[in-house]
Amino acid sequence: MGSNTVRLRASACVLATVLLAVLLVPLAVPLDEQAVDLAAKLHPPSWAHPFGTDEVGRDLLLRCVYGLRLSLLVGVVAALTATVLGTAAGVLAGVLGGWTDRALMRLVDLFSSVPHLLLGIFVVAMFRPGIWPVIASVVVTHWLSTARIVRAELLSLRTRPYVDAAVSGGASRLRVTVRHLLPGVLPQAALAAVLMIPHAIWHESALSFLGLGLPTHEASLGNMVNGARGSLLAGDWWPTLFPGLFIVVPTLAVAALAGAWRERLDPRRRSELTL
Amino acid sequence: MLELHGITAGYDPRKPVVRDVSLTVHDGEAVGLLGPSGCGKSTLARVAALLHRPTAGTVVIDGEPARGWRHRAPRDQRTAFGVVFQQPRQSADPRLRLRDLIAEPLRATGRRAEATERVRALAPGVGLSEELLARRPHEVSDGQLQRACLARALVLRPRWLICDEMTAMLDASTTAALVGVVETYRRESGAGLLAVSHDPVLLERWCDRTVRWGDRGAALNDAAPAETATSPGSTAP
Repeated sequence: MGSNTVRLRASACVLATVLLAVLLVPLAVPLDEQAVDLAAKLHPPSWAHPFGTDEVGRDLLLRCVYGLRLSLLVGVVAALTATVLGTAAGVLAGVLGGWTDRALMRLVDLFSSVPHLLLGIFVVAMFRPGIWPVIASVVVTHWLSTARIVRAELLSLRTRPYVDAAVSGGASRLRVTVRHLLPGVLPQAALAAVLMIPHAIWHESALSFLGLGLPTHEASLGNMVNGARGSLLAGDWWPTLFPGLFIVVPTLAVAALAGAWRERLDPRRRSELTL
Repeated sequence: MLELHGITAGYDPRKPVVRDVSLTVHDGEAVGLLGPSGCGKSTLARVAALLHRPTAGTVVIDGEPARGWRHRAPRDQRTAFGVVFQQPRQSADPRLRLRDLIAEPLRATGRRAEATERVRALAPGVGLSEELLARRPHEVSDGQLQRACLARALVLRPRWLICDEMTAMLDASTTAALVGVVETYRRESGAGLLAVSHDPVLLERWCDRTVRWGDRGAALNDAAPAETATSPGSTAP
């Protein structure tokens, strides 16, 4: 068993656990993550509250699970939307070339030249706080890299002799794109989508930490880290540590999974994929 | 008749790899194009098959000038050519089974209905079994894949075959088999052939006439006897 396989299995296990917790806990444990218990505020971790309680006595384990649920929802929806948008832009630029290519790529440059967070803040500032402006903010800042990757991959695929053979065989431009080029870039686009999920989670956390993301009462990981700043200075570490770990561990697992996947995409090993 | 008139072509307009080349392939004729590696033979072959737009010059097909290049060429002009390239691995979409690879031109031109039957009829001739047809490119050898690529080039019954170093990667017996397939097709269909190679022995045995690339790698003219080498016993038209 190679180290790649170990990495793949370990990260898959972590992700499966996290997903199960996020999906099942709200169903199996009908507790209110917003329930305030001022008599139990800032309790350190104990049997009753394994992650402790926050400054208004809310259970941190429950809030972490709900926070990750929200972050994953934002992350997955935003990553998928940004990937579809980026792939469409990359394919249009790569296939049509010329004027379309130049216009689209200058647009990508324009968006890239503004710092991501600034652009993201600009987008959320235009709407009432909520989940959709945050998703829109992630999409606007994250479709760029996918567009570049897809275009570059397409430019290299476009010069392959099998495209020449298809053209000579009477295939239209649309048919060459859909049948021969798009299937070639989809693995790269899918990989980019998976790698984008952690980015989207960080983006949401950063916006919420700045007070610009989700409404402050929502159990979001960024909101929780933001709310815990005061208690951290007073020496209460648990309201910061656990939401922080909930950001770091799943994103590391996703990154490790994507890394292992990328190694599998290596053309020399492609034949193993079909076995 | 396929005529190339004063073709200048390349990938950088300032540095053309083909300069002012003229060449004619008569109906049913087999013309060999001989030259060292990197001299521009393949570029000329791609221009002839309407796959690369030259910076100057025209391709005339049966008296009618080419009306476009690549996708912009009308479908009947494009599909008049069957092309086979040097590297089968690069010429085959890695995702398609060999039977779909061969049938792809039929599907692309709206003749889906006859695809299965045509592939079944064509496969034994190029030496591909039913079992091989079900495999994907990475599951067959270079020789087997090149047989499939040749079958794909023949499936639309082209008027001209353009074989660009078709056998350079193959062993002697596979080379002989593929040349045999091309010759069988030409005998029954009367198709012309432009075979590009750096192997003078192969071209001499295969073609009616061999055109040698000029020493300077630039000027080659079919009409100028000094630049043209004819194989013994052949009749230059």
